[in-house]
Amino acid sequence: MSDRVAIIGVGWSGFRPITPEFSYKELMYEAARRAYSDAGVDPRRDVESFITVAEDFHEGTSIFDEYTPDQLGAVLKPMHTIAGDGLHGLATAYMLVKTGQFSIVALEGHSKASNMLTHAGITAYAQDPVLNRPLRLNTHFVAGMEMNRYLYDTGTTPEQCAQVVVKNRRNALDNPSAPYGAELSLDEVLSGPHLSWPLGMRETAEHVDGAITLVIANEEKALALSNYPIWILGIGWSNDSPALENRDWSSANYIKDAARFAYRQAGIHHSYQAIDFAEVDDLYAYRELQSLEALGFFKPGEAGQVTEEGLTHRDGAFPVNVSGGSLGMGNLLDANGLARALEVVLQLRGTAGPRQLDEVSIGLAQSWRGVPTASGAVAILGN
Amino acid sequence: MSDKISNYPGTPLSEKEIRDGNVLSIHDQMPGDFSWDTGVAIGRYLAGLKEGVILGSHCTHCRRTVVPPRNVCEWCFRPMDSFIPLRDTGTVNTFSLCYVTWDVQRIKEPETPAVIEIDGASPLHGIMHKLGEVDPQQISIGMRVKAVWKPAAKREGAITDILYFKPIQE
Amino acid sequence: MSLRKVAVVGAGMTKFVRRALETGKELSWQATSMALESCELTMDDIEGVCLGTAPDSFDGVHMKGEYLSDGAGAWRKPYMRSYVGGGTGVFVPIQGWYHVASGMFDVVLVIAEEKMSSYYPHAQGAFLTIFDHTTERPLKPNLLWIFALEMNRYMQTYGISKKDIAQVAVKNKRNAADHPCALLGDRNITVEDVLNSEVLAWPVNRLDVSPVSDGAVALVLAAEHVAKRITDKPVWIEGVGWNLDTAYWTNRDLAYPRYVEYAARMAYDMAGIKEPRKQINIVEPYDPFDYKELHHLEGLLLADRGQAPQLVADGVTLRDGDMPVCPSGGLLGVGNPIAAAGLMKVAELYWQLRGEAGARQVPGQPKRGLAQAWGDLMQVGTVVIMGR
Repeated sequence: MSDRVAIIGVGWSGFRPITPEFSYKELMYEAARRAYSDAGVDPRRDVESFITVAEDFHEGTSIFDEYTPDQLGAVLKPMHTIAGDGLHGLATAYMLVKTGQFSIVALEGHSKASNMLTHAGITAYAQDPVLNRPLRLNTHFVAGMEMNRYLYDTGTTPEQCAQVVVKNRRNALDNPSAPYGAELSLDEVLSGPHLSWPLGMRETAEHVDGAITLVIANEEKALALSNYPIWILGIGWSNDSPALENRDWSSANYIKDAARFAYRQAGIHHSYQAIDFAEVDDLYAYRELQSLEALGFFKPGEAGQVTEEGLTHRDGAFPVNVSGGSLGMGNLLDANGLARALEVVLQLRGTAGPRQLDEVSIGLAQSWRGVPTASGAVAILGN
Repeated sequence: MSDKISNYPGTPLSEKEIRDGNVLSIHDQMPGDFSWDTGVAIGRYLAGLKEGVILGSHCTHCRRTVVPPRNVCEWCFRPMDSFIPLRDTGTVNTFSLCYVTWDVQRIKEPETPAVIEIDGASPLHGIMHKLGEVDPQQISIGMRVKAVWKPAAKREGAITDILYFKPIQE
Repeated sequence: MSLRKVAVVGAGMTKFVRRALETGKELSWQATSMALESCELTMDDIEGVCLGTAPDSFDGVHMKGEYLSDGAGAWRKPYMRSYVGGGTGVFVPIQGWYHVASGMFDVVLVIAEEKMSSYYPHAQGAFLTIFDHTTERPLKPNLLWIFALEMNRYMQTYGISKKDIAQVAVKNKRNAADHPCALLGDRNITVEDVLNSEVLAWPVNRLDVSPVSDGAVALVLAAEHVAKRITDKPVWIEGVGWNLDTAYWTNRDLAYPRYVEYAARMAYDMAGIKEPRKQINIVEPYDPFDYKELHHLEGLLLADRGQAPQLVADGVTLRDGDMPVCPSGGLLGVGNPIAAAGLMKVAELYWQLRGEAGARQVPGQPKRGLAQAWGDLMQVGTVVIMGR
């Protein structure tokens, strides 16, 4: 018997800069209800284990795990939290199903970033408390330093990075769930204020509120329940050094490691040839280029060039972030990886509406946990 | 423990070693301010409190009336059917006499937290609050109590619009 | 589908102390390197790392899992942090179990760390923010409240006295006197000492409560084919279970931990255990407060409801009794660095089942043990059953 694992349901809510009408629980409920309906499952009867991805300080609640079960239908069921990105959660769901103990698992991630009034202060608390935090730098400085070294090592230009913004925000205009769609010129991006030079404000994803739920099942249930199961072909995750003092600044080694892990499972040797499109981390514009290179799609320094040439546009040979990415859809905190996976699922199902790609069968989703971390994950999905 | 192990790592320090500066440390305070959206259910609960009413919500499927209200029944995973005003009286489900504050400062007169099953809600369904106008030594499980509200003009739509619950004779 | 068998093959732990000189990263590394040494492996043999640690607010570090990652040996490795509040310590070996049982990994490191002393003025302050931000936090609740409220309800429901409960603290602190890492071992403590200690939140006295601590514990887990090459005495993870009840804790029966029962049933099913009272030889239930040990024995179906105090009174739960409970000394005796304390219980089973527990060794060559933890707003149960 084959033991493939599939995503059989997706649901989402919010994706707006503020969502004052709903509490986080109500936002989660709406996404969960849609996902269960999409999968054709009743969480009280059918779903055997539940996962949320969350970080306490994003919620303003210690032990946020407490508040997760009710709105997901998980009361008195096996449920746990992963303090990681949504793709770490997807890896967890995948492993749970692979043990053979669980046939259907639900995974949830969300952002209520609008409720954080001191976001920069909280993010600063992710810096090393003794070595870095006393310098009182806005944590975006880590991205500024990383971008600078990445440009220096690869010959990538600021204009190439800005092209990512133009592309992704243009793509977002065709995504009704993306609040930051815009027609921008290269000059408009480059002439914006700096955030942490060479990084510009307009190259940085804005925050949004939103929730995403996925339903994951083993092969037997997936084939029985779903007309278009999206198979998890490989999933990997990895960490580089958390210390700013001794990490590789230009090549995102943790993405390389995570990709190698996922490609091995999927039997992929040449990622560019095997994979049709990708949804990658673009919390900062340069990250899309850096990620594409770490994922092995392009050599160091090439991603910027091919972006300028239009290869990664929606109608290019290798579309990247057709959803609009984080630049177009917004930064969903711990749910960023789920937003990337969500788009891959919709594209592979052929239900992506006006932004639907032709004839796609394998897509890649990749995420990063944001500054100041060196932690990321990669999922390869196929229809 | 494995016979191979004779020494266990971990070096105990005393508070004094830090106070005296023998061990260096860094003090910092996190600027963590939040403004949580109350949403539909808790938003109505707070609006009710401002009016001097404790609201619950009712699920016709499992026939429970719960408090505080929510928009989804966690047992049935279906939307709650209605918001229902409950009475502001109830029964002490359990209580404690707490002689330390939240940051472990000792106090002479104990705080009196309790879970109070609210009249009109299903059995064992209550809220956490404090008791007042009572000798702490006289509190017992099963005691009947009633909410003491702030004056209407001073209520702001918060759980603290109820000052405490006091014993009643019936 | 038949399950892939997973074994514990190595363990290490630091002393549990009120305030450690070492940082959280350093404690993590100390426990890790000791666990590796115990089974003669190196970091190169470790394919993935699972970390357990309780709220970020203790350390005052946002995304604490990322911060601790290098201390936990996660550099350039797949690494994840799982989190179920106080239940984390027994959850993180479950996380390790599914890493291996899924077939994705052959050897993983499981590490639980806690550094509670960083929080000022007192670690209890970090618990203010576990309550609902809108409906409860404005009342300035503290953690002792919910324990005291639950203990009172438990006592009232079954007519249990404070003296019945104090026996648990006495047993565990006496057991801990034999643990080289213990913070509060005391061979001579009596029930009167517990009853006469200061009242914190009636019915909870100071000696009913486990101490705030710093410490770390690490385990090495391996798949069957590897485990047998690493050690001739692997200890198998036979069953795991976890369960989370509603967050609306004031809408529940506080006298009985149903979530612990459900978690236990899941683990018993997986382990094929039909008669837990006969088939479990050692129990390490979660005992952050003394009544919790009793509460949990009932939830684990190892005692009838309201009858756990009788087992203690009859000496059944002593180290040389019929069903030894917390032979390690538990959280009450060894200390309670939250996540590390839970994993300490699993490490204790590992040492006991291998016959390596030294002065704490339970007689009669026990075959199977159960460790359990609990957490969140009195709502999560995590259970691991191990056997040799």
